[in-house]
Amino acid sequence: MLATTSSTRFFTFASPPRFYALAGRLIPWFWAAAAVLAVAGLWIGFFEAPTDATQGDAYRIIFIHVPAAWMSMLLYMVMAFWAAIGWAFNARLAAMVARAIAPTGAMFTFAALWSGALWGKPTWGTWWVWDARLTSELILLFLYLGYMALVNAIDDTRRADQAGALLAVIGSVNVPIIYFSVKWWNTLHQGATISATAAPKMVATMLTAMLLMTLACWAYAFAVVFTRTRAVIAERERDAKWLNEGVA
Amino acid sequence: MNWGGASAFFAMGGYGLYVWGSFGLIALCMAADALTAIKRHRDARAAPAAEPGENS
Repeated sequence: MLATTSSTRFFTFASPPRFYALAGRLIPWFWAAAAVLAVAGLWIGFFEAPTDATQGDAYRIIFIHVPAAWMSMLLYMVMAFWAAIGWAFNARLAAMVARAIAPTGAMFTFAALWSGALWGKPTWGTWWVWDARLTSELILLFLYLGYMALVNAIDDTRRADQAGALLAVIGSVNVPIIYFSVKWWNTLHQGATISATAAPKMVATMLTAMLLMTLACWAYAFAVVFTRTRAVIAERERDAKWLNEGVA
Repeated sequence: MNWGGASAFFAMGGYGLYVWGSFGLIALCMAADALTAIKRHRDARAAPAAEPGENS
């Protein structure tokens, strides 16, 4: 039962049973949005956006590389935020959401590194260089993997969540380093393609495709993270009556 | 429309291996991420409730 009256409080969905039911209802819509946005983004990216004058068609890797790299950083900050909330306020759901984000964040980090390597080879002539952008992104992957290993290694759930939160929060220092690395250091990696303060250095169709793919990745991340959060709730509350009474 | 035909599309101007290698593997990773989450949820729902006193 979703209370839609004015009596609905902000924290209503901080209760695992309420969140479980709400997420279960939203997940199909996130999948639908992800599919529609991905089809639109891929269509524009491959059939509308022109071939790049200098990079040829190799540049089309940007349509997955940049969204994946953005998601890798965004998801880390969201994970660290909820882990910290879970720790500071002993909020069970927040800690569960943090755990649910980690594998998807790690996957997007790997995707950014992988597509970067396959883009670097034809354009830079190398799969990998130890420049600031690439190295800090690799550290991000290790932070995700370290977080997952740490929370899985500690049997006591609450202590595991606390230890994970500490690691996630300390590691969040790395995210601005990734973001600004191309400004702070002289990197082989190019600078930001779009920023809040300058006009995008891209053709409109290329920009549209990249933004649509980013939104598709957002919708995908919501769908998968909500699914995994439901799994974590079901694991931790498997004795709870509400779960076995078919609330969701 | 950018491509003369399917073969030109898959060739990607000579960069097919890099472009499809990126999109292909990432599509697989995204599918694996989603499927493991869905399976984890199914398994959790299928697991019987713990014995009294068992700490989960």
